[in-house]
Amino acid sequence: MTAAQSYLEQSSPPGRTGWKAWLLTHDHKRLGLMYLWAILFWFVLAVILGLLMRTELMGMGRTIMGPEAYNSMFTLHGVIMIFLFGIPAIPSIFGNFFLPIQLGADDVFFPRLNLLSWYLFMFGGGFAVFSLFSGDGFPDTGWTFYVPFSISSAGNVSLTVTAAFILGMSSMLTGLNFVTTFHRMRDKAMGPMQIPLFTWSLYATAWVQILATPVIAITFVLVVLERFLSIGLFEPDKGGDPLLYQHLFWMYSHPAVYIIILPAMGVISEIIPAFSRKSIFGYKAIVYSSLAIAIAGSLVWAHHMYSSGMSDVSVFVFSLLTFLVAVPSAVKVFSWVSTMYKGSIAMSPPFFLSLCFIYLFTVGGLTGLVLGAAGTDIHVHDTHFVVAHFHFVMLGGTGFAFFAALHYWWPKMFGVMYRNRPAYVGAVAAAVGFVFHFVPMLILGMQGMPRRYYDYLPQYETGNFLAGFGAYLLVFGLLLMLLNLVFSLRNPRTAPANPWGGTTLEWSIPSPPPVENFTDSPNIKDFPYDFSEIVSNSNK
Amino acid sequence: MSPAHSVDLAFWYILGISLVLLLGITAVMVIFVVRYRRSRHPVPGDIRDNLALELVWTVIPTLIALSMFYMGWKSYISLRTVPEDAMQVEVTAQMFSWIFTYENGRESENELVVPLGRAVKLNVSSVDVVHSLYIPAFRIKIDAVRGMTTYAWFQADEQGEYDIQCTEYCGTGHSAMTARLRIVPEQEYLAWLEAEE
Repeated sequence: MTAAQSYLEQSSPPGRTGWKAWLLTHDHKRLGLMYLWAILFWFVLAVILGLLMRTELMGMGRTIMGPEAYNSMFTLHGVIMIFLFGIPAIPSIFGNFFLPIQLGADDVFFPRLNLLSWYLFMFGGGFAVFSLFSGDGFPDTGWTFYVPFSISSAGNVSLTVTAAFILGMSSMLTGLNFVTTFHRMRDKAMGPMQIPLFTWSLYATAWVQILATPVIAITFVLVVLERFLSIGLFEPDKGGDPLLYQHLFWMYSHPAVYIIILPAMGVISEIIPAFSRKSIFGYKAIVYSSLAIAIAGSLVWAHHMYSSGMSDVSVFVFSLLTFLVAVPSAVKVFSWVSTMYKGSIAMSPPFFLSLCFIYLFTVGGLTGLVLGAAGTDIHVHDTHFVVAHFHFVMLGGTGFAFFAALHYWWPKMFGVMYRNRPAYVGAVAAAVGFVFHFVPMLILGMQGMPRRYYDYLPQYETGNFLAGFGAYLLVFGLLLMLLNLVFSLRNPRTAPANPWGGTTLEWSIPSPPPVENFTDSPNIKDFPYDFSEIVSNSNK
Repeated sequence: MSPAHSVDLAFWYILGISLVLLLGITAVMVIFVVRYRRSRHPVPGDIRDNLALELVWTVIPTLIALSMFYMGWKSYISLRTVPEDAMQVEVTAQMFSWIFTYENGRESENELVVPLGRAVKLNVSSVDVVHSLYIPAFRIKIDAVRGMTTYAWFQADEQGEYDIQCTEYCGTGHSAMTARLRIVPEQEYLAWLEAEE
């Protein structure tokens, strides 16, 4: 193939040029890149907001901003990181790009719907920005929009939840596309146990996206109705129940956690075998644990509500279910580590980031046990301990997996190699900064510092001050990795088809791939992680 | 055993096992990465699964998880089981302060005074948005919700001053919505109870 046949040069549908070739494209790969730039913009913005918040907290009292600005910032940080980064990042960028290729397909099942998803994503993001600068002020409710506060707040809550509603539509349509592509577009020779684990994880995630997102959409509509028409559903004075809102909200938002983490686990399940040059350990167990997490993860939502005033029976049931969902995650961690046993391991930035993921995600999972247990959760619920816990899972887990995915697939997506040294320096800085930022927060939470606190009691000052330095190191590392990647785009497109020795189908086609992915019909392996060919070629 | 001790025991149990697991997983991972690096181990093995091993690492974590659940649940029950002789204080949350009302009608803002040695039951509600009453020293926390009454209790077994904080985000003054708990000798408490506000 010549470079002129790559998807970066040729449009789909054919014949479109200039901006039309991008903004009206049906190509899943171009859409993946369009998501990439939009999502990176939101990520960097929300990282900067987070850094400003931690700077404010480095000293007691007012440091750089007032409480109103602080409250709006943590709302925005949460809304962006959940709805505009965490949920879409891996599925919309890497899922769009690689799911069809890993299945041996030329595109997703509904290419035009895929384009519509991207427009809904951009529109929803634009709406979120618009909600900031219109109406009576910044939304200041936190990304959880708890009633009755979100109903009485003067902030522009209605427009913000509408933005989240639109983003939910985008997420659902992407999920719909993945499920249909998985079933209808898969190469005829590829049976269920021949599908790469990244695609399996996206499939499990897609069902959660399709089934859980309507719940939050309806809930947000109810909040808007409550604000404008005072229907009284959540209003105690009218016979409504604020706890109903919390149930509805978490019925989506806990599964959303799994929407965020499952694809990340899929990324790690690709990278660990590729650099260990050895089959993933326990392929079937990983497939089933993904499905188990998707199903069981939908039944644990009220573990966010032990102290809400709900009944003790509910606490019992949800605590028990929460512990059961911990097991499949543990199985995955054991499988990843065992994959390295007797491997032939080559260190590289994506592999190093995956190791960071395993460590940080394990801390996140284990601190989750403290929160799943009823008695201990009461003490640390809504404290800095929770904030640290979910950042270990969301940023230490999904964030590091996102960076691992960027470094793993970057050569395939753009046909360029990046410099390793800045990538390593960035990854080490980010991991070390992460630990020094969030471990103090775990301790602060155990000491009793609540979350969403603009100011705090004197005994919490040392921890908050120290955590600030970790935050700066973390952000430095993240930005260094991103800049290194962006600068690599100036390099010539000389990346080989298979720079790492991967075995899944995307490594069998040129970098960057041609428009319809496969020029010859794909060669489907009996087992997607069979390294015998790679090993024998390298020993010649 | 007081509820706070029971909660702490569950903390130590869960965190202790977690630390061992974390160190174990990390150590094994680092050992594998070093020992099986490509320069030292150029030809990989081909091991795809091992049913016995996979069953072991599914069943044992399940048992550990269930034991943690049990420890957590047992301590939770002690937080919820109020001694019959507990004195009662009505707690009303509002943006952004706490009102404590005693059985004799005495009201106090942002100061909860209780006698040493008594069990204290707090009946909690809110007049506006959701708040949450949190006394870290006694490991208790319960949401204050308008239209319903929730409760928490603690054993006032050590004289001193403790912090009370709001832990359900409630607006601009959320972090300033703090109060003090004072545990004082019975005599001092009675005098305070009768004093003018």
